[in-house]
Amino acid sequence: MRLSLFATCIVAVTCAVAGAFVVLRGLSFVGDALAHGVVPGVAVALLVGFSGVLGAAIGAAVMMAGVGVVNRRFSLSRDTSIGLLFVGMLALGVIIQSRSASFAGDLTAVLFGEVLGVSWSDIVWQGVALVAVVGVAWVCRRPFLLLSVDEGLTATSGFSPRRYGNIMLAMVALTVVASFQTVGTLLVLGMLVAPAATGALFGRRISTVICVAAAVGAVSSYVGLLVSYHADLAAGASIVFVAVLMFCLAAVVIEVGRWLGRRRGIRHPHDHPHVHEHVHG
Amino acid sequence: MADDTRSIAAVSLAVGHGHRPVVDGVGFALFPGQMLVLIGTNGSGKSTLLKTLTGLLKPQGGDVFVLGERPGSQPARVAYLPQHPVSTYTLPLCVEDIVTMGRFARRGLLGRIDSDDRQVVRESMQRTGADEYAQRPLRDLSGGQQQRAHLAQVLARRSEVLLLDEPTAGLDVAGRRLVADLIAQERALGVTVVMATHEIGDADTADTVMLLAQRVVAQGPPDSALTDAALREVFRFTERH
Repeated sequence: MRLSLFATCIVAVTCAVAGAFVVLRGLSFVGDALAHGVVPGVAVALLVGFSGVLGAAIGAAVMMAGVGVVNRRFSLSRDTSIGLLFVGMLALGVIIQSRSASFAGDLTAVLFGEVLGVSWSDIVWQGVALVAVVGVAWVCRRPFLLLSVDEGLTATSGFSPRRYGNIMLAMVALTVVASFQTVGTLLVLGMLVAPAATGALFGRRISTVICVAAAVGAVSSYVGLLVSYHADLAAGASIVFVAVLMFCLAAVVIEVGRWLGRRRGIRHPHDHPHVHEHVHG
Repeated sequence: MADDTRSIAAVSLAVGHGHRPVVDGVGFALFPGQMLVLIGTNGSGKSTLLKTLTGLLKPQGGDVFVLGERPGSQPARVAYLPQHPVSTYTLPLCVEDIVTMGRFARRGLLGRIDSDDRQVVRESMQRTGADEYAQRPLRDLSGGQQQRAHLAQVLARRSEVLLLDEPTAGLDVAGRRLVADLIAQERALGVTVVMATHEIGDADTADTVMLLAQRVVAQGPPDSALTDAALREVFRFTERH
């Protein structure tokens, strides 16, 4: 149980760092696609008998390369390319997995994770991934922040949007690959997005967004594991559900704060309709 | 172009997206402190020309030099204000951090943002009035306040060339006057300005005006370029397309 909590806390911090940029840049759909893109890689790894992490990494790489090719060669919008590859990879993963004798059990483990089955070797690997993700985010924080505002602004500031966009995606892919064994491929998006979205409700700086996200992720891990243990529920799903509940709670707190502010005669900026001095020209 | 004092020079320049030219035969030269105003309706080619000067689009023909080099090769010396940044209405980051991004071109990937940079950021926010809401998140501000924050970011770059895509669009009278004053101050410091706009009034103080309607309809000082016939052609372009 302690090992599981330790593993989920590492996942929470890794997801907080990558998730902050996913939320700021609006990459949630890409994150979801990456999470599902790893399924066929893991399925092949399980069938053939090599490392599931390596299979997941190959799956994520194929997913991103495929999105790039469809996007560039066929003039389709990015969300269409992602949607196409996303369902294709998931379907392929299930087909490959169906060849396995222990189909249902393996697929469940891939999709929903095995929080209670993590080992020290998993934790070491997750720790290495955490250091790598934090390192990349720190070194590339400036182009990553510029990308969250505008690609043109990024390019005219001397940073290649394509290069740093790809590095950001690689960082998200590494996060997914490092986290899927703990919370599963279906639920890793929840850990990427829910804590970071909560952070974005309160944070005014990227560092604050990441810190709030990490705290929300860690608390979700503890409460989720506790609830799953006592109520005999699925651990990964409980953790992610608590993370989403915490976002809802934060949103309610903010709304109540605004309502109280209005009652005291303080108008919140959100109460102003955005009709004056708009710049959509 | 090594000993050339021109800030921007374009000769027979063709601009467009992909392989489709939007405007060709563009030629002009700007010296330090001068301003070129591009006037046209949506789709006339003014933003395309501006993006070519930033290096975001490759020229489709002819020659263009910005500060003696190919466009896009000197990010620390050229600042660009996009028409409307994409995530403006969802970004939780505070105005001060948005304006600080204006120093990234000079500091690069790992250079330290020092006290001088922070002073430049403060001054830039004061010049646009964005210092009043420096700690508020961008998404909570009105369109005009956001535009002031983006203008402050451009000023914080302390560049030699300003490329502004409709900086006054959607601003009220006070905001428009502020933009005009800021541009005049920058030009007095020797900064060269190219501004795309729908508004004829924005061209009053320009050295050169270029009227665009997927071709150069007229070009020259405001008094000679802004004729009734040229303006009719430029603004009828919208009705025809």
